[in-house]
Amino acid sequence: MIEPLVRIANLGKAFGSLPVLRSVDLVARSGRVLAIVGPNGAGKTTLIKCLLGLTHPDAGEITFGGSRVTGEEGYRSRIGYMPQIARYPENLTGAELLAMLQDLRGAGTPLDTELIQLLELEPSLAKPLRVLSGGTRQKVNAVMAFLFSPELLVLDEPTAGLDPLSSRILKDKILAARASGRSFIVTSHIMNELEELADDVAFMLEGRALFVGTLLELKRITAQTTLERAIATMMRRGVLTEAA
Amino acid sequence: MNTLLKVLKYQSRDAARSRWLIAYAAFFMLVSEVLLRFSADPMKVQLSLVSVVLFLVPLVSIVFGTVYLYNAREFIELLLAQPVNRRQLYGGLYLGLTLPLVLAFVIGLGTPFLLHGSDGSAIGTLAWLLTSGVVLTCVFTGIASLIALRCEDRLRGLGAAIGAWMLLTVVYDGFVLFVLAAFSSYPLEHAALGLMLANPIDIARVSLLLRFDGAAMMGYTGAVFLDFFGKEYGMAVTAAALSLWVTMPLLFGMRAFARRDF
Repeated sequence: MIEPLVRIANLGKAFGSLPVLRSVDLVARSGRVLAIVGPNGAGKTTLIKCLLGLTHPDAGEITFGGSRVTGEEGYRSRIGYMPQIARYPENLTGAELLAMLQDLRGAGTPLDTELIQLLELEPSLAKPLRVLSGGTRQKVNAVMAFLFSPELLVLDEPTAGLDPLSSRILKDKILAARASGRSFIVTSHIMNELEELADDVAFMLEGRALFVGTLLELKRITAQTTLERAIATMMRRGVLTEAA
Repeated sequence: MNTLLKVLKYQSRDAARSRWLIAYAAFFMLVSEVLLRFSADPMKVQLSLVSVVLFLVPLVSIVFGTVYLYNAREFIELLLAQPVNRRQLYGGLYLGLTLPLVLAFVIGLGTPFLLHGSDGSAIGTLAWLLTSGVVLTCVFTGIASLIALRCEDRLRGLGAAIGAWMLLTVVYDGFVLFVLAAFSSYPLEHAALGLMLANPIDIARVSLLLRFDGAAMMGYTGAVFLDFFGKEYGMAVTAAALSLWVTMPLLFGMRAFARRDF
């Protein structure tokens, strides 16, 4: 079996006395979309931040492309990150933000600017970020994640705040990129959306990854036909295990 | 070009467009211009400006710095997700915050003096006044970064920033006076020196007044200081103490930044 792109083993993290991740194991395979789902506070964002090196885990290890990421920074040039709706330096323009990322990542990689055209973002990029609406900033975020054609894209609530058309364009972009062999880790609260995108699902509850496997397998073991129902079933079971 | 310079380039571009920073520069320009119009002697004007600088520069640096870093939280997360070194990133953020403040201060305060044309000795003391303001800016943006990094809640962080400024500006002087009055029957010269060196604003004040030959206005600590160190040695001691005040918050901040979870 080939080594998965990302392997997370026994990952643990507590903020003070509050455990956020409890011995999480999961893998993300090349050319597939992994959806991380779970209720608020399940540890999805902390898990992503550990992968990106923003948060230092207390225990366990993360490998990317076969090598450990702890204390490294070079591996991040192979990852594109789309954070949740974020505020950036308000006096910079979107174009300056993109130029800064190019500076930091180093020239040489061909840029994927397709989303700028598709989302008709060109006029907004010339304006300071402070005057842009939340949805437009989210579009800038999406452009930043895809810009360097990274091997892995980490998308945290990618379609939150986007209008239906832009959301459609972004999802098509994700599917096209996956077809060309890129991998994704996506979190979202919109199950229908993940149903369309996801190959694999990791279900998290209270800091544990209770299920990691393919979407089909999840539907099979829960005997449900949609992801939404399957997750609802998992949550009920999860609550039962917690109580037991 | 390394990460530090790249971050500095964009961060300072953002800060330099801030309206608060422009207002800060305009304020200093206005004050020195008005004072210069009222008095023919640029030295006297500079002596009046000493108090303004010692009061305002720490306040603006620590408050602007804290607010700026809290607002940059999500931006810092985005930067950390790029292939960058954390220590270099911290250096870039610190300088990107400090340099625009320094430039606003130097341009604001210095321009009216250049326009009015001052003689050699006035330029010398002006340079000293500007240097003190620049160093105080570096000290207090360093403290601001430390507060913004160590304190998760922005309201408490802002409170801590204003508290730190009040402590070093107002409370500290009262405390020193109290100690000197309460123990007036003991020889307190050395204790007073120690107290002075523990407060960057005090150090800046004494070193400035040494320059202005205003020994009479230096009060107790200043007189003792001049007596103990003499002028040249005293300068070296204040410079050493101030550089410690610049580097310590910076080093602690860098360590906190490297270890922090975002």
